Amino acid sequence: MDGSLRVLPGGKYTVHEIETASGTKIREYVSTGGNIFAVLWDGPVMPDLRQILGNYFERYTAATSAGQAGRRQIEVREPDLVVQARGHMRAFSGKAYLPQALPDGVTPDELR
Amino acid sequence: MSKSALITSLTVSLLVCACGGGGGDSAPVSVPNAQALFVGPGPANNVNLLFTTVEICTPGSASACQSIDHVLVDTGSSGLRILASVVDPSLSLPQQTGASGRPLVECGQFVVGFVWGPVKIADVRIAQELARSTPIQLIADPAFPLVPANCSSMGGTALNTAELIGANGVLGVSMFAQDCGATCEGITSPGVYFECAGSSCQATPASLAQQLQNPVTLFTQNNNGVVIDLPSVAPGGARTVTGSLIFGIGTQGNNAMGSAQVIRVNPTNGVFTTVLNNTSYGNSFIDSGSNALYFGNPGIPACSNPDFFCPGATQILSATLHGTSGSASVNFSVANAEALFSNNPGFFAFSDLAGPNASDTFDWGLPFFFGRKVFIAIAGQDTPAGVGPYVAF
Repeated sequence: MDGSLRVLPGGKYTVHEIETASGTKIREYVSTGGNIFAVLWDGPVMPDLRQILGNYFERYTAATSAGQAGRRQIEVREPDLVVQARGHMRAFSGKAYLPQALPDGVTPDELR
Repeated sequence: MSKSALITSLTVSLLVCACGGGGGDSAPVSVPNAQALFVGPGPANNVNLLFTTVEICTPGSASACQSIDHVLVDTGSSGLRILASVVDPSLSLPQQTGASGRPLVECGQFVVGFVWGPVKIADVRIAQELARSTPIQLIADPAFPLVPANCSSMGGTALNTAELIGANGVLGVSMFAQDCGATCEGITSPGVYFECAGSSCQATPASLAQQLQNPVTLFTQNNNGVVIDLPSVAPGGARTVTGSLIFGIGTQGNNAMGSAQVIRVNPTNGVFTTVLNNTSYGNSFIDSGSNALYFGNPGIPACSNPDFFCPGATQILSATLHGTSGSASVNFSVANAEALFSNNPGFFAFSDLAGPNASDTFDWGLPFFFGRKVFIAIAGQDTPAGVGPYVAF
């Protein structure tokens, strides 16, 4: 992913902050074992979710495929995948995480 | 579609009057600046979608025109987008070109998916206001059938039918003059603007003038914003609702601000803060294109269809909107959505429909607009309450 990277080390995980050329900020949460278990984004355009979600991308897109007229948010909530996306052009934000891969003691709410 | 006949005929009769004035008087003629709005049946029969009718013409032509009904009125985006399948090919709308002179094609981003199609130039007429040579988007034009991977990589659905969009098009009348703005003066990834050579499309920078334009800013008058004026809707809903989309703020008798409270918003993205029961929602926005109030609130149970809230009894709530300056309180209700739908078959308008969202987000969708005159002031435009962007009500 293009952009500038800032690494914020922590006890239970490390945060990689990336600002893309489009101005959208992405935060990757990496476990001590090196696995990315959550990604947040915030900015004027949507990030590359195909790259961010990897193997989960097709499941996310399939979950968006019906009954979405009049909606400006998506929530996919499955046992092994949660994606929350909201906003509009100029102000998109969202969070994706793998509930079964959260490090011990880490709650989804603290990922912000 | 037949339900739109009334709105269509109103538009036509207004157009017939457009030749009026007469008498050789050089004083400015006050032109009708209000267009009918309608909540009711639509292409997908969704609830709480706000429709109007828009006329598009071949640039410079008074006769090569087409009236498009069931266009969603959206204060959450900018620019006119119409499904190519409903546009008469005989209009032969000119193609917008990019920096390299090739056709400019857009991947418009909505969070639920993308709209892919060329940017065309059209004269846009709404009520008697005319926006000449306006860049608009034709969605799902068969001339550009292949969606680039660098468009679909934003995720979500290809919004390429009236059923998926819930409308024949989207009229974006947000607080901004362009849909993307300065961000798209550079190349974005995923791409928003593309230049296409045959079926090969590459993301490209697009100048502000090349981008989709909020048509209101191109009107010769009444161009500093819009007013959405809808009647109140009783608990339990209404079969249909009619109202007005009024152009201009403080420019005519019908768009005076009166005692409206002004909420100034973040000038780059339009957001402000809502506070409800000591919870602060820093990502708040006013959006007529959302069909409910959507906000994070773990205290209100969701329905078995998790799109909406289903409290045991209707919740009466009061929130405060805080702008970068200005604040105002808003009272609203959250009813049991399943009960609303099952007890009121055939109803399309609900003032107390709400659903869950992320914990920092309050999306003031269409229910907010019922029973209010909502003023949407465009960034950089002067109004009696100062320069936009702001929302007032």
